[in-house]
Amino acid sequence: MHDGPAPDSRFPGLRRRGFLAAGGAAGLGALALTGCTGTAPSGDAAGGRPRRGGTLRAAFAGGGAEETLDPHRANLFADVARAKALFDKLADFGADLSARPRLATSWEPNAGLDRWTVRLRKAVFHHGKPVTARDVLYSYRRIADPRQAFRAKASLAPLDLTASRAVDERTVEFVLKHPTAEFPNLLAAFGAYIVPDGTKDFTAPVGSGPFRFVSFTPGRSAVFRRHEDYWDGPPHLERLEFLVANEESARLNALLGGQVEYAHELTPTTARTHEGKGQIEIVRLRNSTMQSFAMKTDRPPFDDRRVREAFFLLADRRELVAGALSGAGEIGNDLFGKGYQYYADGLPQRRPDPDRARHLLKKAGAEGLRVTLDTSAVAAGFTEAAAIFRDQAAKAGVRVKVAMGSKDSYWQDTLDSGTLCCYRSGAMPLESHFSQRLLSTSTTNATHWRHKDFDALYQQAQSTRNTEDRAAVYARMQRRLYTEGGFLVWGFADWIVGTARTVRGVDRRAPANTLDWARFDRVWLT
Amino acid sequence: MTGLRPWLLRRLLLGAGQTVAVVLLVFALTEALPGDAAVALAGDQPDPARIAALRETMHLDRPAAERLVDWAAGLAHGDLGSSLVSGRPVSSYLADGFGPTLLLATLTLLLLVPLAGGLGVLAARHEGRLVDRLISAVTLGVYAVPEFALGVLLVTVVALRLEWLPPTAVGHGDDLTAHPAVLVLPVLVLLSRPVCSLARLVRAGMIDALAAPHIAHARRYGIPGARLRYAHALPNALAPAAQQLARTVDWLLCGVIVVEALFVIPGLGTVLMNAVAERDVPVLQGLAVVFAVTGVVLNLAADTVIYRCTPRAGVAA
Repeated sequence: MHDGPAPDSRFPGLRRRGFLAAGGAAGLGALALTGCTGTAPSGDAAGGRPRRGGTLRAAFAGGGAEETLDPHRANLFADVARAKALFDKLADFGADLSARPRLATSWEPNAGLDRWTVRLRKAVFHHGKPVTARDVLYSYRRIADPRQAFRAKASLAPLDLTASRAVDERTVEFVLKHPTAEFPNLLAAFGAYIVPDGTKDFTAPVGSGPFRFVSFTPGRSAVFRRHEDYWDGPPHLERLEFLVANEESARLNALLGGQVEYAHELTPTTARTHEGKGQIEIVRLRNSTMQSFAMKTDRPPFDDRRVREAFFLLADRRELVAGALSGAGEIGNDLFGKGYQYYADGLPQRRPDPDRARHLLKKAGAEGLRVTLDTSAVAAGFTEAAAIFRDQAAKAGVRVKVAMGSKDSYWQDTLDSGTLCCYRSGAMPLESHFSQRLLSTSTTNATHWRHKDFDALYQQAQSTRNTEDRAAVYARMQRRLYTEGGFLVWGFADWIVGTARTVRGVDRRAPANTLDWARFDRVWLT
Repeated sequence: MTGLRPWLLRRLLLGAGQTVAVVLLVFALTEALPGDAAVALAGDQPDPARIAALRETMHLDRPAAERLVDWAAGLAHGDLGSSLVSGRPVSSYLADGFGPTLLLATLTLLLLVPLAGGLGVLAARHEGRLVDRLISAVTLGVYAVPEFALGVLLVTVVALRLEWLPPTAVGHGDDLTAHPAVLVLPVLVLLSRPVCSLARLVRAGMIDALAAPHIAHARRYGIPGARLRYAHALPNALAPAAQQLARTVDWLLCGVIVVEALFVIPGLGTVLMNAVAERDVPVLQGLAVVFAVTGVVLNLAADTVIYRCTPRAGVAA
């Protein structure tokens, strides 16, 4: 948005260059970030040198029986936080959602981008055995098992795991079913953790992560201790305890009362009340959740792109962020991935324009349009956003009826039925957002966006080795979505974490689900 | 005492029928809820192929009636089945959740009965005078405050401002007895409303009983005041209170969700909430059995007490 949007929108050529410049800037940012992952940034912010020792207690919302230490079954934030303490992935996402090497030290493609050689670093599991190519192949084959339903299975689908092989102890050659320029994203996929070859039982799991297992009671607590031989340097903390408190008020009270030192997932109201008051520290992880309305582009009224554009212009994003997110977030521009690698931040910011919206609706023969907006208490801000948007739409004569759905089956209910629904997404690379939601073959295509030419652009990007050229293809895809896509992205919500004042080294930039989020090996207590 | 045994038998049979009805109802209602365990687990990744695979691994692809029959067959052997989501036996869920719930219920009851009885009798003795009015005003006032509000208030003032007690029981789910301080506030909240309702019932029953002709008669015989109150009047006052007490115990044993959530106590209420959200039918049915049996047994016990205390009142089966 700081690229001077006005002239760009009039000159497509300029716009393109503007984007490339932005892509370059993002690239530089990525380089700078690589240089200072770890303690440096937070150390500066918090002051002081890391101190060794102590126990950190972290409160998360849990899931009772659903909770598991099997990292491939991880489903909840608490599961993932525990999994990343015990295990490693080959790669993980930086703050801009680009893949960073973890257990892998390098990845090299062949000319066709369908064969990648990954070298592993020297790392040991908690039982002392080294992490080898065999462990990697075992882990991925377990995830991809057709008889199972592991969450990362879809992410690993491009891999041909029967043809992939261990070249030597610490080299894996991955064979892919088609060219995959974004192969590193796959190594960083949600839940793609490396477990020792042959592991089936996770009651006392052995991983290569910064902490070793001590005890676990599903729905209550997990206790881990420092792994001295961790390849990325042993954690500062002696012990790490994960505690489950499902109510936000309970997590906050436990933090205020000194029963925990870290409380995950607090509300914007809590953040406002306690920010800068000196009792606890509030950490806002920006751009963690995309907030949007999903329009089904294959059925009336949204099969007419003019109606979609009218809806883009109906939304007053500032009001939505202020009301539905209590101000804890930024406005969106109908594109996924603000602040992430390849995000098209050169496109002009959409502003509310009810008159033009009315005009577009008239042209589309949709005056006095009535739409049902599906919502549910399944995610923070959904019901509020629906009510606010209903009032905004009324200004252009569109009657929105808000329908409340069950929160336990909301995502399935809204996948194929209805025409308009509240939608949100956690952080993931742009490429994953495209492949999971916007291709003809996507299995969770909530906007029913199915276009052969768009699919072709995606394939083209995946066959493009050069990063800048690939960025240009992504820019084209995003321009298309910006003008006529099905996602009305109105905001990006902060993810709010509270810590005791004694806690240092908590990263303040990493969106939820990235490497430095809920990462406790870099944290210390004063 | 003639007729107690056949009456008991009749009531037990009825109770068994009620339990079966509750279990069937819970099964039917859970099936009627939108989505199943596979949908709930898939969450915001509702990939149809994944949901189908999950359904297959959970055996949800079999007809509902067949699953119910299988479960009932297991129940006949004392097997409550296992969770759809984790595969752990349902009995372990119930055992895990029952500990904290039972502890809270017992502590609450131990305090509730003497406190409510004492307050009720005290108020009745001073009917219409200052003590009675004070007790009535306070019990009415406290009764009007919902548990949640009282809990939040107590946590804010007693735990966070005064720092006398820990605000939650987070992290102590397995060893609550080792940290009795974390139990004070939850028990206080659980106690608040039952004490009030029970004390008021005892007071009303006591006033009625003290005014009854047989008490006046006993008084004329010169039976001393304390014996008159506790041996002759109180049993009559207990009939309505016993039923209220049974209801309270039932409420306590079925897991008080508000208190569990506020103070992070992993009891049966928490198990229930999670099981509903996960559509974990076997766990829900296990809970239904436990709750139904608890309800039946407690009400039967209450009715038996009434039967013994006031034989004249008769007992409706």
